[in-house]
Amino acid sequence: MTGLSPLIEIRNLTRTYHIGRTALHALKNVSLTIEQGEYVAVVGTSGSGKSTLLNILGLLDRPTEGTYRISSQDAGELTDRQRTTLRNKEIGFVFQEFNLLARATARRQAELPLFYAGVSRKESRRRALDALAQVGLADRAEHRPEELSGGQRQRVAIARALVNSPSLLLADEPTGAIDTQTGEEVMTLFEQRHQEGLTLLIVTHDREIAARARRVITLRDGEVISDERRPEPAAAR
Amino acid sequence: MRLLKYFPLAVENIAVRKLRSFLTMLGVIIGVASVLTTLGIGRGASADIMRDIGSEGLTLLNVESGTYSGDSWTSARPLTMADVAALSDHSLHPDIVQVVPLYRHYIFLSNGENNSYIEVVGTTAAYAAIHNLELAHGRFLTENEIAQRTKSVVIGADVVQRLFAGADAMGQSLSIEREPYTVVGVLVRQGWGRIGNLDGSAIIPLAVAQDRLRPPFTPHRHRGEYTVSAIHVNAVSIERLDAAARQVEQTLRLRRILTEDEPNDFTIDNQARLLERANSVAATLTAFLAGIGAISLLVGGIGIMNIMLVSVTERTREIGLCKAVGAHNRDILVQFLVEALVLTLVGGLIGIAISYGLAEIAKNFSSPDFPLVVLIEPGSLAAAVSVSAACGLLFGLYPAIRATRLDPIEALRHE
Ligand SMILES: Nc1ncnc2c1ncn2[C@@H]1O[C@H](COP(=O)(O)OP(=O)(O)OP(=O)(O)O)[C@@H](O)[C@H]1O
Ligand SMILES: [Mg+2]
Repeated sequence: MTGLSPLIEIRNLTRTYHIGRTALHALKNVSLTIEQGEYVAVVGTSGSGKSTLLNILGLLDRPTEGTYRISSQDAGELTDRQRTTLRNKEIGFVFQEFNLLARATARRQAELPLFYAGVSRKESRRRALDALAQVGLADRAEHRPEELSGGQRQRVAIARALVNSPSLLLADEPTGAIDTQTGEEVMTLFEQRHQEGLTLLIVTHDREIAARARRVITLRDGEVISDERRPEPAAAR
Repeated sequence: MRLLKYFPLAVENIAVRKLRSFLTMLGVIIGVASVLTTLGIGRGASADIMRDIGSEGLTLLNVESGTYSGDSWTSARPLTMADVAALSDHSLHPDIVQVVPLYRHYIFLSNGENNSYIEVVGTTAAYAAIHNLELAHGRFLTENEIAQRTKSVVIGADVVQRLFAGADAMGQSLSIEREPYTVVGVLVRQGWGRIGNLDGSAIIPLAVAQDRLRPPFTPHRHRGEYTVSAIHVNAVSIERLDAAARQVEQTLRLRRILTEDEPNDFTIDNQARLLERANSVAATLTAFLAGIGAISLLVGGIGIMNIMLVSVTERTREIGLCKAVGAHNRDILVQFLVEALVLTLVGGLIGIAISYGLAEIAKNFSSPDFPLVVLIEPGSLAAAVSVSAACGLLFGLYPAIRATRLDPIEALRHE
C-alpha cells in the first residue's frame, strides 16, 4: 500500500477540558501524519493524552483547536452522518474500558456494527462468530459480559472492532487485561490484518508490544516528545 | 420493510430489562384499564338511563308546578284538581286523550313486623294504562275502587320484599298511616324508569290519598281544591305532542292569570326534554369519571416517565456505544421508537383485556336496582391507547433524542 495521500493528517491539534474555571490541555499543539498501511504504537505515561488522541482520530471526539484530515477530508467539516458512516465502515475502535453493551451476548456485541451497516441477520451472525473465533471466543458467543472474564470482555471488544474489516484500527491498550500468551495471539491477529493492508494504531504501556511496531510516537503532558520510525520490524516474527 | 429489522432488537431489549419493561408496561396497563373502565361505567349508566326513558310512552307530558332552571327548582302555587278538570275538557284540548293526576307522599310504612320508607302514589285507573304497568300478581286499581274510595293498594316488587319478606302479599293487609289497605296487585319489577322507581311504591286510589295523607311541605288544599303533585297528560300521537303541550300551557297560564310578559311558573316536560336532562346528568357523570380516568392515565404516564428517566444513564451510554460503532441518529430514534411502541402497545392490549374482564365481572354485580354496565366504546378505546402510547413514546424517546445530540464519547462518559 503506497499512500498517495496520508490517511491521517493532524495539524496543531489541541484538546482542552474545562473543569470549573481551570482549563486542562489534554493535547497541546500536536501535529502528526500517518500514511495508509502504517503500524504505529503510541506510548506515554498515564494521563499523557493517548486516549484523548485516539478518540479524536476515531471521530468519537472533536479537537478544541487545530485540524484533522482523514483521507484528505477535513473531519471538522464532515456531517454527523458522514462521521458515523466512517466509524462504521472504515474505523475499528477498541476502547480502553471495552464499552460493551451491558446485557447483550458476545455475538450480539460483535454483530452490532454489522447491524447498523445493514448486513443481513444471517451474514452478520456468520461474520460475528468468525470474528469471535479469531480472538479465541468461539465457545463464549452466547455469554453476556457479566459471565465473561476481563480478558474475555476485552477480546469481545476486539472482535467487534475487527468484524467490519475496517481499514484503520485504533486500539487503546488492547492487551491491557489479557495475559502474555493471549496478548501474543491478539497481536498476531492484528499483524495479519496489517499484512492485508490494515492501518494499525495501538496505544500501549507494554515496551515489547511497542517494539513490534514500525513507528513509535511518545506523548508527554499532551505533547509529542518523540516520533521514531524503524524501517524493519524490531521484534522477531 | 426496513423498519422490521428493529423489531427483534426491540423485543430483545425489552426482554433483557424485565423489571423496567414490566414497570413501564404496568403504567400503560393501569392507565388504559382505568380510563376504559371509568369511561365505560359512565357510558353504561347513560345508556341505561336512555333505555329506560326510551321504553316509556313517548306521547307523555309530565306537568308539575314550579320551574326548573339549571340545578335549582323554583316552586310556585300548586296544581289542583281544578286544573285536572280543566285539562280534561276535550273540546279545549283536542290533542289530549288522557289526564292522570298524581298525589305523592313518602311515608314510613309498617305491616307490624317489617318497616320501610316508601312512596305512596294516589292516582286513577288510567295510570296503569298510560305507563303500561305490568302486574306480577292480581290487578291494578279499578275505576270502581277509585270512585268508591276503597282502601286497596297495588305494591311494587321491593315493597313485597321489604314488608312481606318476599312471601305472597296478595289479599294481605298493609297499614298506611295506621289504616289497613288490602293488597290487590303486585307490580312486575321494573327498575329505574322515567317515572321513578315504582318497585318501592304503593299505589292507592287518588281520593283516598288526598283524604288521608298529608304531605309535609305542600298544602293539602289550595283555594278549596285538593292539590296534586303532578299531572300526567297523554297526547294523541307523537306528532301532536307539541300541540298538546301548547294546549296545556295555554290553559294553565290562563288559570294562573299570568300576563304576557310573565314566564310560566309550571313545567311541562316531554320525552325530548327529559332525554336532554338525563343526557346532561349522564354527561356530568361521564366527565367526572373521565376526570378520574385522566388522573390515572397521568399517574401511569408519570410511572412510565420515571422508569424511562431512571434508565437514562445506562441508555445514554448504550446510545454512545451504538453511535461509536456506526448507528446513525435515525437508527437510534427508530430503535427507541419501536421499543416504546412495542411496550405501550402490548401494555395497551393487556389494559384493554383487563377492562373487558372487569366489564364481565361488573355484569355479575349488576341488578335492576343498581345497574352496573361497563360499556367500552371504540372512541375511548382509541383515546386511552393513543394517550398511553404517546406517554411511552414521549418518555421513551426523550433520553434517546438527548443522547443522539451528544458526541459518542460524551454519551459514553454520561453519568
Ligand atoms: N472527560 C474529561 N474531562 C476532563 N479531563 C479529562 C477528561 N478526559 C481526560 N481528561 C484529562 O486529560 C488528560 C489525558 O487523559 P487521557 O485519557 O488521554 O490519558 P491517557 O494517556 O489515555 O492515560 P492512561 O494511560 O491512564 O489511559 C488527563 O490528565 C485526564 O485527566
Ligand atoms: Mg487512556
